[in-house]
Amino acid sequence: MADGPVAELLLRRLEASDGGLDSADLAAELGVEHQAVVGAVKSLQALGKVIEAELRSTKRWELTSEGEEIAQEGSHEARVFRSIPPEGLAQSELMRLPSGKVGFSKAMSNKWIRVDKSTADGPRVFRVVDSMEDDVQRRLQMVQWGQAEKLGEKERSELRKRKLLAEVTLKTYWVSKGSAFSTSISKQETELSPEMISSGSWRDRPFKPYNFLAQGVLPDSGHLHPLLKVRSQFRQIFLEMGFTEMPTDNFIESSFWNFDALFQPQQHPARDQHDTFFLRDPAEALQLPMDYVQRVKRTHSQGGYGSQGYKYTWKLDEARKNLLRTHTTSASARVLYRLAQKKPFTPAKYFSIDRVFRNETLDATHLAEFHQIEGVVADHGLTLGHLMGILREFFSKLGITQLRFKPAYNPYTEPSMEVFSYHPGLKKWVEVGNSGVFRPEMLLPMGLPENVSVIAWGLSLERPTMIKYGINNIRELVGHKVNLQMVYDSPLCRLDAKPRPPPTQEAA
Amino acid sequence: MPTVSVKRDLLFQALGRTYTDEEFDELCFEFGLELDEITSEKEIISKEQGSIKAAGASDVVLYKIDAPANRYDLLCLEGLVRGLQVFKERIKAPVYKRVMPDGKIQKLIITEETAKIRPFAVAAVLRNIKFTKGRYDSFIELQEKLHQNICRKRALVAIGTHDLDTLSGPFTYTAKRPSDIKFKPLNKTKEYTACELMNIYKTDNHLKQYLHIIENKPLYPVIYDSNGVVLSMPPIINGDHSRITVNTRNVFIECTGTDFTKAKIVLDIIVTMFSEYCEKQFTVEAAEVVFPNGKSYTFPELAYRKEIVRADLINKKVGIRETPENLAKLLTRMYLKSEVIGDGNQIEIEIPPTRADIIHACDIVEDAAIAYGYNNIQMTLPKTYTIANQFPLNKLTELLRHDMAAAGFTEVLTFALCSQEDIADKLGVDISATKAVHISNPKTAEFQVARTTLLPGLLKTIAANRKMPLPLKLFEISDIVIKDSNTDVGAKNYRHLCAVYYNKNPGFEIIHGLLDRIMQLLDVPPGEDKAGYVIRASEGPAFFPGRCAEIFARGQSIGKLGVLHPDVITKFELTMPCSSLEINIEPFL
Repeated sequence: MADGPVAELLLRRLEASDGGLDSADLAAELGVEHQAVVGAVKSLQALGKVIEAELRSTKRWELTSEGEEIAQEGSHEARVFRSIPPEGLAQSELMRLPSGKVGFSKAMSNKWIRVDKSTADGPRVFRVVDSMEDDVQRRLQMVQWGQAEKLGEKERSELRKRKLLAEVTLKTYWVSKGSAFSTSISKQETELSPEMISSGSWRDRPFKPYNFLAQGVLPDSGHLHPLLKVRSQFRQIFLEMGFTEMPTDNFIESSFWNFDALFQPQQHPARDQHDTFFLRDPAEALQLPMDYVQRVKRTHSQGGYGSQGYKYTWKLDEARKNLLRTHTTSASARVLYRLAQKKPFTPAKYFSIDRVFRNETLDATHLAEFHQIEGVVADHGLTLGHLMGILREFFSKLGITQLRFKPAYNPYTEPSMEVFSYHPGLKKWVEVGNSGVFRPEMLLPMGLPENVSVIAWGLSLERPTMIKYGINNIRELVGHKVNLQMVYDSPLCRLDAKPRPPPTQEAA
Repeated sequence: MPTVSVKRDLLFQALGRTYTDEEFDELCFEFGLELDEITSEKEIISKEQGSIKAAGASDVVLYKIDAPANRYDLLCLEGLVRGLQVFKERIKAPVYKRVMPDGKIQKLIITEETAKIRPFAVAAVLRNIKFTKGRYDSFIELQEKLHQNICRKRALVAIGTHDLDTLSGPFTYTAKRPSDIKFKPLNKTKEYTACELMNIYKTDNHLKQYLHIIENKPLYPVIYDSNGVVLSMPPIINGDHSRITVNTRNVFIECTGTDFTKAKIVLDIIVTMFSEYCEKQFTVEAAEVVFPNGKSYTFPELAYRKEIVRADLINKKVGIRETPENLAKLLTRMYLKSEVIGDGNQIEIEIPPTRADIIHACDIVEDAAIAYGYNNIQMTLPKTYTIANQFPLNKLTELLRHDMAAAGFTEVLTFALCSQEDIADKLGVDISATKAVHISNPKTAEFQVARTTLLPGLLKTIAANRKMPLPLKLFEISDIVIKDSNTDVGAKNYRHLCAVYYNKNPGFEIIHGLLDRIMQLLDVPPGEDKAGYVIRASEGPAFFPGRCAEIFARGQSIGKLGVLHPDVITKFELTMPCSSLEINIEPFL
């Protein structure tokens, strides 16, 4: 059994033919749509070498629907001419005829008719000649009879301009017998079934080939958020490097831990209402480590530990003010303070990745909350060279190998350096992080030994993620306005993998 | 970071050579500056106000340079050039001198009325200065930069500069009732009382930002000369009488403020920068300030301080091995004149009045490292040996979120801050019942409170994704914040897990099944006993009556699950039934 009646008929005709047959001719002979024959050709082709089919395109002239009307009824100008009686016709009346407007001007330019404007009841149209030859109709009829070639190039193009004639390309198949030609084609099985397996009938059945170009069906699945996938990778990197995770599950912080403990003076602009979210309730911290607070106060207002201090009146009220932490360095300060209480001092490496909050002006790359990544190493005799060395290892795990360091200013690190990496896409150096050595004015009041240095660096989680996933607006990544399709479609996060090459421009 | 904009050609002329943009960018980078933008007045105006307004503007090339926030000495062309020339060893750092006048010293007397509003003042005189248009502009611009940065928008310090030849000392710095202060201010043609001025300046784009500093005080600060001429009403405006011009030869500078240290620094910066143009270069004429207690001080301080730092400390902190002599040379290039003294390992460093940022040896170490070149330092790995540990709560979270995704739910990440409405009204709860922490200064309603539940964020995510095919199955594991007087700050985070199912049917059994799966993952068996978990019929304003249950695990209530109330669904602009689950995961640590 062949694949449907048309295919079967096609095979029979092909068997009888010598050489082959044209799909359009066959359609005409069978009285079916050409498309039905094309379908049969394709399904037979899929069976292997039963038939050979060669795509041919032929051009032919065809009448448009208006052209067909004219071939039957005559051209507009001829119809106008015929409608004018010997005594003439009022122009206004003539214009109301279906062919009036087009026909009138054509008939005028053919000099078949004339207009007399001197008559009393408005312009009147009269015949000029007694009879005329309707060439347009004749030519269109020739096309209808398949004699379009007999027309001159100029005549055809004029008819085309009048939208009476169109050139159409017809794609047909020239079908011939294939090496495995047979008129008895058996129906192909689509899928293997349990019955076939148990009966063994699959051994004798042909199977329809798969279309391997089609897309598969995506599995129903849950998805992880792209930013948090990147967070997992950063955690992994720190853990690989032997860093212990700091507790950061306290969004609410006192100004003391967020600023004062970091030797950030109380008039510092970051402590402004414009930059920081302060709390109305609970407005103030209930407890502060008062011994330590006294040492911090003295260092700010009078100096000490080799420092001149800032020489201003330090206020406890200011330090008590609660806020939403502006950086996770407040959590690092708490951890370092705890480390300082442990005697003897043991070296430590810490990291954290968590949310921080800024009362900033929002734009495409800034939100009121974002994630900060922070790494901290505390040990005897750490140098700036050590900081750079550890940054090199850290960034190389992100696939960033070209680094440059720029002197910078942070209130609580000295020396400080901004980390730049060369971005091959942007062809320039871009800032990828900030780093430094914590100031003695921060560490010594905590009680850390004098020869212990603490080096640290930080960066945002959002920025590398936006670069990684090619996202320009941070709202598409973070928050409720996220596009879930983007979450569904986002690939694995492999920070050190080479970025996918940009799609090559295809010729239009 | 403050940005200084300087004319490129003037800068190069002062530096005595030209640079390509790339070369200058490189120099900035090395020195800790950033060439932020190359532009022109014309470009700036056309960007801000359109190209028509920019038609007549200058197209002289401007460099916008970012300076570190603590380097007040780099906030003008004069300071930048001096810093870079010393860095490149083309000039030696000038020595700034305070000199006594030939005639009588200028005196500024502070009365006790200032104590409650703006108690400190310092002053100095720049004698026989020669301005040009460029220098004058730079002088004004520097004051503006100082006002914006170290002066904290004039709150801590405000600067007034006056044509001394139009005034006659001694000067009095006092405070008076606003209605008793009357003078012609800068850029006005007639006299006004202080009350009138405060009203007029409410619509002044530049000055309105400073009004709050004194607005509600009973007395306003004001400075008079011996003839009763008003020099200034700090921190708002100077008098017109003593205004300086390009032709001014003798400048009286007063800085008033609430922070004495900063006032002294500001005065030092102005006079060190612009004494360059005095007849006796880099000299500043002293002025005497008499405080209400009768004590008198001479300003500017122009103090040079000496610090001694051991060379091996610098080497050890930076990670280099340079000789003491080389280190002294490096520091000298950073405007810190240094020499090796004592046992040959000690470096004596002179900190000039321009470098108020040097307050500790670590600041000196940094400058040595900058001069050495950060990028020339050998990178090494610290030998710190440590065993890593995860924070247990985060470890549990990481494990759970992967299995939540494996259970077919998609992770979202929503904001920790939201409106009161989100956590209260929309869930049918009164805000006072939420124990939420409240933000005192939110710019918009989106940041009124920290969330007390994850549910609103998930529902808002669904609302923003209504076009996605159903069902939507979402989850989030993140922190919420609750007031808690047992903690040092009075609030505590809790790690919550929230999941929602949104479809044409409520799908309670799916959310219930998810809870069973979570408990399976946490190794908590179903059952009433102490180790197990159970759900019991409950109610809550966010849930449809009869379709809510409370979850008890290991003997305590950990959250609720149920079908959301139609009012909640509507208030979050949703249209389909929805079931949800929210639990605290901390009991499972």
